[in-house]
Amino acid sequence: MAMSPRRRAEVSRYVQYGVLALLLLLVALGADWGTLQTQFLNGEILPQLFPEIFSIALKNTVLYTACAFVFGLVLGLVLALMRLSSVGPYRWLSTVFVEFFRGVPALIVFIGFYYGLPVAFPGRVLPGGTLGVVTVALGLVGAAYMAETIRAGIQAVPKGQVEAARSLGMSHTRSMVSIVIPQAFRIILPPLTNELILLTKDSSLVYVIGLSLSDSELTDFGRRNLSQYVNLTPLFATALCYLIITVPLSIVVRRMEARADRAR
Amino acid sequence: MPDIQVDTNAPAIDVQELHKYFGDNQVLTGIDFEVDRGQVVCVIGPSGSGKSTLLRCVNRLEEPTSGKIFVEGVEVTDPDVDLDQLRSRIGMVFQQFNLFPHLTVLDNLTIAQTKVKKRGKDEAREIARATLEKVGLAHREDAYPAHLSGGQQQRIAIARALSMSPDLMLFDEPTSALDPELVGDVLDVMKDLAAEGMTMMVVTHEMGFAREVGHKLVFMDGGVIVEEGDPKEVLGNPQQERTQSFLSKVL
Repeated sequence: MAMSPRRRAEVSRYVQYGVLALLLLLVALGADWGTLQTQFLNGEILPQLFPEIFSIALKNTVLYTACAFVFGLVLGLVLALMRLSSVGPYRWLSTVFVEFFRGVPALIVFIGFYYGLPVAFPGRVLPGGTLGVVTVALGLVGAAYMAETIRAGIQAVPKGQVEAARSLGMSHTRSMVSIVIPQAFRIILPPLTNELILLTKDSSLVYVIGLSLSDSELTDFGRRNLSQYVNLTPLFATALCYLIITVPLSIVVRRMEARADRAR
Repeated sequence: MPDIQVDTNAPAIDVQELHKYFGDNQVLTGIDFEVDRGQVVCVIGPSGSGKSTLLRCVNRLEEPTSGKIFVEGVEVTDPDVDLDQLRSRIGMVFQQFNLFPHLTVLDNLTIAQTKVKKRGKDEAREIARATLEKVGLAHREDAYPAHLSGGQQQRIAIARALSMSPDLMLFDEPTSALDPELVGDVLDVMKDLAAEGMTMMVVTHEMGFAREVGHKLVFMDGGVIVEEGDPKEVLGNPQQERTQSFLSKVL
């Protein structure tokens, strides 16, 4: 049977919709909806999680991530500028740092900072308690990734921009601060937000240092209640909370990208 | 920081025995070149002749390999010279405009005024608006560069350089990246500038502009100045064979 190309495309599309509908139907019929609801969205357990899931867990996750991100961003910018420096030792230091903290699991960095530092420097602890440890440990890991992103962004700014700035009498530092870095950050906004989303999830690793309830963040909170209720509802709820953070981030970035496109 | 001492009797640009290598490749060979105050000097030549490199050496965007360059009697090639202060008095216009895309037109014109010349915000804006008026784009001060045509962008770039109140202006092929129908507007701005007595060094392919506005025309080829003189003489009656052959191709 000979079919015209248009007819063939039409048939192919119907087949694809058909397969999808069939799969959904199988899932809907095969799933044990009753058990799913008691295990994942248990109406008796869910209300017990409030308000702590927001007032403590979500708040702490946001706080830890924000502090680590800001610390990591500032350090990442310094590392990126060191990487581009004309002074050799700065470049080497930056490279070693980035390779180390990019290559080592974040979990090990957490353990190292919480258990290792007091051994190495007896009597000294990082200020700020749990928040201090998360900020520094997660920030160092984030900085290693962001340094590379920022460096790429700086190098992506056309050379003519620096030339124009210098020809107007701006110093090297002034051109970087006023002309190059603002443009670089606009270029790297999407990968930086990606990094923020990754850090949001990596902040869960803080559980290894052992948290009091008031320091508990989403994952830790979910685990506590998982063992208390022997039910997946708390974990499912915390998973949704992560999406409350990460999905708006993605939307904000898409908006900013659109605005930057208009200005370009 | 003491202000640079300008010698009002010295030529605006004085290039002496300038050599420039890129690696092993010699692009400028013993250039001697002068621009007097109030003069418009056009530099023409085939691509690769070193004309842009010569212009870029004047404010040391390119580092000369050897030789001396003076701007208003101040040695640009002196390693101890305050290059930033010197550059703030030398306006430069690029082939690719190089406007700052993250800033509005007005901010493009005020940023160096406030950060380099330390002018107050109000004064800088006033000067910026006056120069925008001059290039005929006063109504676009809130636009971003991406929303402007190439011709408008280049006129903004000229206004940006002018708002620093420079003593002289360098133009590096200012119309080469423009659509043909937009070239005229940019050249008109440059003609007005020349009529006001601005000292200008212009690397260009616009022979009409060179003939009409230029006080001196320099023809470069292979890293040397082959011929220079009155534009009408050089264009109408070139003495050197290389000049004749180049002009026969472009005119």
